[in-house]
Amino acid sequence: MPEQRVVDADYLLLEAPRERKFITGAQAMAEAVKRANVDIAIAYPITPQSEVMHLVGDLWAQGYLKDYYRAEEEYGAMSAIAGAVRGGVRAFTATSGPGLLRGFEAIASWPGHRIPAVLGVLTRVVNAPLSIQPDNIEIAYLLNCGMIVLHAENQQDVFDFTLAGFVISEKVDVYIPVAVCTEGFFVTHAKGYVNMTPEDMKLPPRDPYKAPVPPTDCEIPPARIQRDAPVQKSNFMSYLIHAVWQQEVWASNRRAMKYIYKYLGGPIEVVNPDAEVFIVASGCAAAQGREAVRYAQMEGLNVGLVKVKSIRPFPEKEIREVLKKAKAVIVPEHNIIGWLAREIKATIPDNDKVIGGPRVYGGMTLPVELIMEKIYDVFGIKKERKVVV
Amino acid sequence: MGLEYVRISPGFERYMPKDYVDLVNYGPFGRQVDVQQLGQFKELVEEHPMCAGCFMAYFIRIFYAALPNPEDTIVIGTAGCARLALSQAAVPFVYGNYGDTNAVASGLKRALTIRFPDKVKDVVVIAGDGGLIDIGFGMTMHSWFRREKFTTIMVDNEVYGNTGGQESGMSPKGVQLKMAPKGKQFDKINAVELAKVAGCVYVAKLAPTNPKRIARTIRRAILAARHFGPTFIHAYTSCNIEYSIPTDKVLEDARKREKQDFAFYEWMTDEVREYFEEIEKQSQEVKV
Repeated sequence: MPEQRVVDADYLLLEAPRERKFITGAQAMAEAVKRANVDIAIAYPITPQSEVMHLVGDLWAQGYLKDYYRAEEEYGAMSAIAGAVRGGVRAFTATSGPGLLRGFEAIASWPGHRIPAVLGVLTRVVNAPLSIQPDNIEIAYLLNCGMIVLHAENQQDVFDFTLAGFVISEKVDVYIPVAVCTEGFFVTHAKGYVNMTPEDMKLPPRDPYKAPVPPTDCEIPPARIQRDAPVQKSNFMSYLIHAVWQQEVWASNRRAMKYIYKYLGGPIEVVNPDAEVFIVASGCAAAQGREAVRYAQMEGLNVGLVKVKSIRPFPEKEIREVLKKAKAVIVPEHNIIGWLAREIKATIPDNDKVIGGPRVYGGMTLPVELIMEKIYDVFGIKKERKVVV
Repeated sequence: MGLEYVRISPGFERYMPKDYVDLVNYGPFGRQVDVQQLGQFKELVEEHPMCAGCFMAYFIRIFYAALPNPEDTIVIGTAGCARLALSQAAVPFVYGNYGDTNAVASGLKRALTIRFPDKVKDVVVIAGDGGLIDIGFGMTMHSWFRREKFTTIMVDNEVYGNTGGQESGMSPKGVQLKMAPKGKQFDKINAVELAKVAGCVYVAKLAPTNPKRIARTIRRAILAARHFGPTFIHAYTSCNIEYSIPTDKVLEDARKREKQDFAFYEWMTDEVREYFEEIEKQSQEVKV
């Protein structure tokens, strides 16, 4: 491995020179981990995530990480991540679909335990019936646990969100974990161009004392003195403490927004802001939405795209502003329930203009033509369906 | 950080809580107290909400008096009665999720080893029979298979006491408990043999009848875990409520069980035995 030097986080994320490589999404995530000065990674296999943690294991073997092991199962992996982060180190893991849900009791407690870490979520179907294909319904489960949830469209996003994820997660006024989600296979196993920071530069190490909640390492005076755990003091104390603590977790989540602006250029990207009709999408659906905007332009239809990068915190203000004058809002998704459409409907006042769909699930691809059909509908254009046999 | 961690900054003595000042002046930090001196020093755990006559509370009191390095020890627990006392001690305590103790301890111990390679930082799990052998079974076993260097202590009350008296894997066969309305259908799990097979380097089983021996066993388990690998203590800590043991009969019950299935048992690898012989020659601290 090349000798890595520590550089300022802002410099690495915003100014450092970048080199263009043609790599898979799994490689992009591992390349970000390589530059993030991660101390420990804990792995457990599940398709399609495994590739990421294989590559991170290789990084450990090369000396980029100080510790790495294959855990017994996801609940064990996610619990051990919590233990390691409490011990003051920087930690990373990744999972997919059923693995996310198996680890979810631990994951859902990370924000409340104030565990800054990055979790890769490489989406797939949640059983049953069994499929291992890239459906992203698991993101719906992540939305209400307090984590910061970023949704990457492509390999470049995976690299950027993962590297910035560590920095955002450890900010003193944030200090909750970041999930970097992207569709399995479509992104993890496909190649795209990624502009990457130099391999010989890395983030500064985690400083566990720059924290709203100190690490559990017996190093910070004063020592703990005898005190009651809230739950046994009284039910009144336990619900009061839980309530104020969770309020702070969600306030931390909202405070992450300024760092999402600083490091990721904001929670949304808008293509053609003066459009009459908008496609609002995240992850791979945003890539298809981008294509649909191009098709529409070729046909002279005024269609725009809002790509949502940050699902938590959710950019309510920004989305309300962009969609203010839109005639219709089309929300294509890679899941059956339409969690993003629900978010949009809950965000804008005139939500009867939201068209939830097209949706594909079970891991199917999302043809641009499906989005075009919705666009023709809202413009009142009748097209004859051509069936090619 | 050791003792610096508990020392009071000059000038602040009169502003610190009385409990804290007493712990610094009369507590066990930085010195080895003898368990027979209980009552003569400021203990790491005092108030607790455990039931009258609870033998687990007694065991935990001895546990804190026995720690070889209380200023650099982190205790990990899970749901159950034990954490009611553990969470009130003057030693950092981590309460994670249900049955996750040995996974959390694995991550924590590794992190402390990365950050403080030259310091002693003891990690000790104390959890019940349900936490370690039922819900946390996989994580308990795998921490042993991986040879994680921390101590696991099972305070076995043979029941889910904190949730109202349900059967656990460690309840004896035939005992009628909640969720076992016809009596437990299978034998008490042999945790000690599992620990040996899974790779623990020091394994002990005891009924808490002899405080000096409990303290020595706990110290041995912690010292062996520092240097060699996982260690395990299986302690009988009866639930006088769910098993209807009169408060004044709990010691009698422990003695009875000691004669039956909780006879004192200690097993260790040869290298651990040699290590104890060596250090016990040098010090009175862990003398048999």
